[in-house]
Amino acid sequence: MKKKVVSVLSVVMLIASVFAFAGCSSSAKSDVIKLGFIGPMTGDAAIYGSSADAGAKLAVKEINAAGGIDGKNIELIGYDSKADQTEAINAYNRLRDQDGVVAVIGGTLSGETLAMKDIMVKDNMPVLSPTATAVEVTQDAPNIFRACFLDDYQGQAAANFAATTLGAKTAALLIGTGNPYSEGVSAAFKTAFTAKGGTIAGSESYGTADKDFSAQLTKIKEMNPDVVFVPDYVQTVGPILQKAKEMGITAKFIGADGWDGVQVEYADAAQGNYFTNHYAADSPSPTVQNFIKAYQTEYNKVPNSFAALGYDAVYAMVDAIKAAGSTDSADIIKALNATNYAGVTGNLKFDEQGNPKDKEVTIIKIDGGQLKYDSTVVNN
Amino acid sequence: MNLFLQQLINGLNVGSIYALIAIGYTMVYGIIKLINFAHGEIMMFGAYFAFIAATSFHLPVWAVLLSSMVIMAIIGVTIEFIAYRPLRNAPRLSALITAIGVSLFLQNLALLIFKPDPKVMPKIFPETIYKLGEIEISSTTLITIGLSIFFMVLLDLYIRKTKQGRAMRAVSEDKDAAILMGINVNRTISLTFAVGSALGALGGVLYSVAYIQVYPTMGVMPGLKAFIAAVLGGIGIIPGAMLGGFIIGMVETMTKAYLSTTWADAIVFGILIVVLLFKPTGILGKNTREKV
Repeated sequence: MKKKVVSVLSVVMLIASVFAFAGCSSSAKSDVIKLGFIGPMTGDAAIYGSSADAGAKLAVKEINAAGGIDGKNIELIGYDSKADQTEAINAYNRLRDQDGVVAVIGGTLSGETLAMKDIMVKDNMPVLSPTATAVEVTQDAPNIFRACFLDDYQGQAAANFAATTLGAKTAALLIGTGNPYSEGVSAAFKTAFTAKGGTIAGSESYGTADKDFSAQLTKIKEMNPDVVFVPDYVQTVGPILQKAKEMGITAKFIGADGWDGVQVEYADAAQGNYFTNHYAADSPSPTVQNFIKAYQTEYNKVPNSFAALGYDAVYAMVDAIKAAGSTDSADIIKALNATNYAGVTGNLKFDEQGNPKDKEVTIIKIDGGQLKYDSTVVNN
Repeated sequence: MNLFLQQLINGLNVGSIYALIAIGYTMVYGIIKLINFAHGEIMMFGAYFAFIAATSFHLPVWAVLLSSMVIMAIIGVTIEFIAYRPLRNAPRLSALITAIGVSLFLQNLALLIFKPDPKVMPKIFPETIYKLGEIEISSTTLITIGLSIFFMVLLDLYIRKTKQGRAMRAVSEDKDAAILMGINVNRTISLTFAVGSALGALGGVLYSVAYIQVYPTMGVMPGLKAFIAAVLGGIGIIPGAMLGGFIIGMVETMTKAYLSTTWADAIVFGILIVVLLFKPTGILGKNTREKV
C-alpha cells in the first residue's frame, strides 16, 4: 500500500516537473522580455515595496511606449514579499520557474534580498536591487548589483556636509541599538566627522520599541553640540524631533534617507533640519523633472526616493539588456558591469562589488513642511 | 545636580502615567483576583478615541479627556460583561487566558480599524516652557503629572468616603459576605471596571500626548510596565499601584540617564523577578489589609 502511494506521488511529481519545464521553455521563445520585481506591497513595510514597484512600472511603460528592447515589449511581473524572507524566496522561485524572467529588480529591503541571495548567486540570475542597502547584499555575488548607495556612504556624506557646509565642530549621536541601519550609518558618520577634525561630544542610544526619549535628549542638551545625528525612520525620528523642540534644543538635527516623508506629519518639529537622500523632487535637473511629471500624471502623487530608485533600476537593467544584445544571464551581467546610466538619482555606474560608484548624495532641508534641495555631496 | 533634577522630572512624568494605568490592574485584581491583560489595550483605545475627538470633532481639551474616559469606561464594563462575567466561578486560569485573548482581540481590532501606521496626536495642551533656575519643565509635563495626581486623590477619596467605594472594599475583602450584606456584587464589579478603564484611558491619552503617537500596539509596553508597577506596590492595593508606578518610571529614566538605555527594560523587568522572589506581596503588601 505504502509503495503504491510512493509510486503515485512520484508520477505526479514527474508530470508536474514536465509542466514546469514546459512553462520555462515556452516563455523563452515568446516576444516579450520578462523582468521580475520583488518587494513588500502589504504590511508594515508596504510603502517601500509599493513605491519602488510604482517607479519600476512607470519605467516599463515608458520603455515599451518607446519601442521596448529591439521591438520586444517588456513585461514586469511583481510579487509581494510581505517583508518576509520565506515569501521572498517563494516569489523568486516562482519568477524563475513559472514566469521565466530574464532578470530581477529587487528585493526592496535588505533582509529579503539577503535571504534570496544564495539561490540568486547559484542561478547566476542578473539582479539589480533598487533599494537594499546592507553591505552584504552584493558581497561575493558577481550577479547582484544595486542602484542605491550604501549606509556607510551616506553617513560619510552627512558628516562631510555637517563639518564642511554647516561648519560644525561638535556632534552628538543618537543611535537606535539593534537597528543595523541606524548603527551602520552612525558609525560611518562618526569616523568621517572625526577625520574632518570634528569632535563627537557624546553618543546616546535607544531601543527599537522606545517612545520616551526624554532621558537621552536631556543629556544631549547638556552636551550642547553643534549638530545631532539621528539616522532612523520617520516613525522614530518624528517623536525625537518633537521632544527636542519641546525641550528647546537648538542644535541642528541631521538624518539619513530614512527621514524621507518626515515633512508630512512632523513639519513643525523637523523645520530647518537636514538629511541625506537619493534625489530631490525640486532638483532643477530636467531628468528629475520629467520623471516627476510622468509619475504625477500616472499616480497623482509626488514620488519618494524608493520610486525614483525603482525607476532607475529598470532603466539601468534595460540598458544592460540592450547593450548585451541577448537575454543570456552571463551577457546581461557583463553589460551591467559596464553600465553608465544618467538616472533620476544620479549617475549610475558600478564598482567591482556591484555597488554604485561615486554616486551623488543629495542633501535635503526641511523648510515650511516641504523638502527643499540644499546641496549635493560626492564622497571622495 | 541640575541634570539630575531634570531627569527626576522626566521620571515623574512617565511614572505618573504608569501609576494611572497600574491602578486599573490593581483595582480589577483586588476585586475579582484577575490580572486583566487587556488593560494595555484599554489604554490604547482611550488614546485613539482622544485622537478622533481632537482631530475629527475638534473638541476642547476637557471634552477630549472626558469623552475618551467615558467611552472607555463603557467599553471596560462591556468587556467584563461579555468576557469575564460568564467565567466568574470558573478556575482563575480560565479567566486569565480569556484576558490574554481579549487583549489580542482588541489589538487586532485596532489594527483592522485604524491601520498599523502611527497617527500623530495633536498637541491638545497649551505649549509653554517654564524655567525654574536652570531646570525647564514643559506645560505638557506639568499637566500630565498634575492630572494624574488629581485623579489619584479623587479616586482615593471615592474609595474611602463614598458608599460605592465602601462596597468595592467590601467585595474585595469577602465577596460572599458582601452578598449577605445586601451589596450588589455584579454592579460593584462593573463599577470597578468602569473606574479602572477610565483611568487607563486617561493614562493612554497622556501617554500619547507626551510621546505624540497613537498606534495599535502602543498599549503593550506601558501595560506590562504598569503591571510590574502594580505587583511592585502590592497587587490589589491602590496606593501601592501609585507608588509602584512612580518607582518604575523613576528607575527606567534613571537607568537610561546614568547606566545604559539598552538595560532600562531589562532592569524594569528584573524588578518583577526580584519582587516575586523576595516579597511577592509587594512594598505595601504587608501592612495594609484594605484591598480594592
